[in-house]
Amino acid sequence: MGAKTLYDKLWDRHRVAEMPDGSTLLYIDRHLLHEVTSPQAFSNLRQAARQPWRRDTSLATPDHNVPTLSREQGIGGVADPIARQQIATLEDNSRDFEIPLFSLDDARQGIVHIVGPEQGFTLPGLTLVCGDSHTATHGAFAALAHGIGSSEVEHVLATQTLRSRKLKNFRIQVNGRLAPGITAKDLALYIIGHIGTAGGSGHALEFTGTAITALSMEGRMTLCNMSIEAGARVGLIAYDEVTERYVRGRPMAPVGEAWEQAVAYWRNTLHSDADADFDKHIEFDARDVQPQVTWGTSPEMVVAIDSRVPDDGQARDAIQRMDWQRARSYMGVEPGQPLAGLPVDRVFIGSCTNARIEDLRAAVAILRDRRVHSRVRQALVVPGSGLVRLQAEREGLDRIFKAAGFEWRAPGCSMCLGMNADRLNPGERCAATSNRNFEGRQGKGGRTHLMSPAMAAAAAVAGELVDFRSL
Amino acid sequence: MQPLITHSGTIIPLNRANIDTDMLLPKQYLKSLESHGFGAFLFDDERYLDPGEIDTPLASRRENPDFILNQEPYRHGSVVLAQANFGCGSSREHAVWALRDFGVRVIIAPSFGDIFSNNCFNNGLLPLTLPQADIDQLFALTQADTGLQAQLDLVEKTLRVGSHDWAFELDEGRRQRLLSGLDEIGETLQYAGRIKDYEAGRRREEPWVFRA
Repeated sequence: MGAKTLYDKLWDRHRVAEMPDGSTLLYIDRHLLHEVTSPQAFSNLRQAARQPWRRDTSLATPDHNVPTLSREQGIGGVADPIARQQIATLEDNSRDFEIPLFSLDDARQGIVHIVGPEQGFTLPGLTLVCGDSHTATHGAFAALAHGIGSSEVEHVLATQTLRSRKLKNFRIQVNGRLAPGITAKDLALYIIGHIGTAGGSGHALEFTGTAITALSMEGRMTLCNMSIEAGARVGLIAYDEVTERYVRGRPMAPVGEAWEQAVAYWRNTLHSDADADFDKHIEFDARDVQPQVTWGTSPEMVVAIDSRVPDDGQARDAIQRMDWQRARSYMGVEPGQPLAGLPVDRVFIGSCTNARIEDLRAAVAILRDRRVHSRVRQALVVPGSGLVRLQAEREGLDRIFKAAGFEWRAPGCSMCLGMNADRLNPGERCAATSNRNFEGRQGKGGRTHLMSPAMAAAAAVAGELVDFRSL
Repeated sequence: MQPLITHSGTIIPLNRANIDTDMLLPKQYLKSLESHGFGAFLFDDERYLDPGEIDTPLASRRENPDFILNQEPYRHGSVVLAQANFGCGSSREHAVWALRDFGVRVIIAPSFGDIFSNNCFNNGLLPLTLPQADIDQLFALTQADTGLQAQLDLVEKTLRVGSHDWAFELDEGRRQRLLSGLDEIGETLQYAGRIKDYEAGRRREEPWVFRA
């Protein structure tokens, strides 16, 4: 048997059958469900009189379309009747099909990709899917995790499998160590800036190297989360003692003898063999990574905070030149304009990328004894889950956010995609810790600059994009 | 799912890369519980001058006359031509439903978002990958002749545009699936025995994976 990559091993382990259509039937160990991409799947199941194959493998929680205010009244507090119906439908479906649910008034509710790891629902070595592209997050646990569409949600519910086609292997090795204050978010944006938003298409990424193993579990999740912004559905990091320490003792993690057995298997298996072949390989030096800020409407349109909006001469070809012109016009920036100093209207700290406790701590480190600039119309902080929120309150982080002028909200996807009331108005510029700066993503005509939590907090204080180290 | 065997239709040229699924169908329409009825909201932000919500009466909305989908003959087009990485971003299958409900059956681009591509095949749409040089040629043809028709033959694996013919390659399983339009779940359930055998094996070797 030849040497295998981590992805190869996870793939082989979950193979059920080779299908006549050339696909592989892959067994799915865990399935996260939320209110937006599941209702059609459940209604099709009902129509075909099918039952879920298993129930203990799924976990549902509303996140995409939940308000971040007036949550004391649970679902009754949802002002938008259409949103309320969507959340109620998830509750009804969970009840009817006997799928575990963290409802809106449950302290464990939150963004699916924060809740899964937090609960130990996400475990090393598993396959995990969700009707959401940021499912790549869970790859940080050396689990094969990726986003799927609603038809596939239905397929997994009904059969516990997916018809899959194997991806190619792409190793991204990051040598050295990130400088103090430089985060996984900066690294993710830096990598996307280099390989492009389609750089990982058709590939499973594996992040390796000293800069990666030095990341905390939360940092690893941030990095893997952004794999999809590089075009890759899957982003992986090998299992190590950091993974083990994080998983141990989580509510749904194995205990006792099962834990010992699991750990022995994980340690032995969940890494690429030393001589495994990768279809693609690229190396970066972590010391080259400065605080990153996007200037355009794709995560690949990104530069260091001390840089300028590129001019057309730097474009790769005519198509990119056109895209850049369109992006500059949408974003209201000029070629050669410095990023630092761009005034911001709103600040958003949240999302499945950056709403974990370490993210909130990093923002608070900037905000302590400082105030949000008067130019900033709104500064929002939306913890990723009810448990993150409680932890932050125990540490007193909420008081510092509020004293600085931030609004302390209840968990959900919120302004990352603006399905709820948290949206940008046309022309508004936002410093955001989320993952997508697409046209209209945070609200029609809204202008999003992606960055780390420390950078977003610094932008709130300065009222403009700024290097947090210069405050 | 409607089978796709042959298809003829007007080409809608969108000469841009990285057209993401947020662009194809903005977030406010994801509140729907249905998998139909999204056609009027395809490219909503660009298509209308005023913002819309899922319950905004369509008749009250003002079309943007500069946007291609509001112009003849593209208003009735069914073959989208675009640049690289079409359908990147969010996994929302609603974006594919919006294309389908508008009438689109074929999307031609140098590359596609991975999840989007799967979603297309699951809804009877063909994401047709052609080399950049062919894409460039197609854009040149559509510039010279607005309203150019494309004729797709999935049996012969050919695309005809004007007097030009292209042969293309496509994963055979996926081609058969489009041709037949069959329910995939029913077919997978014929493997129920294999799935149960697999589960029994995993339960023995990795019992901690199974919580019940």
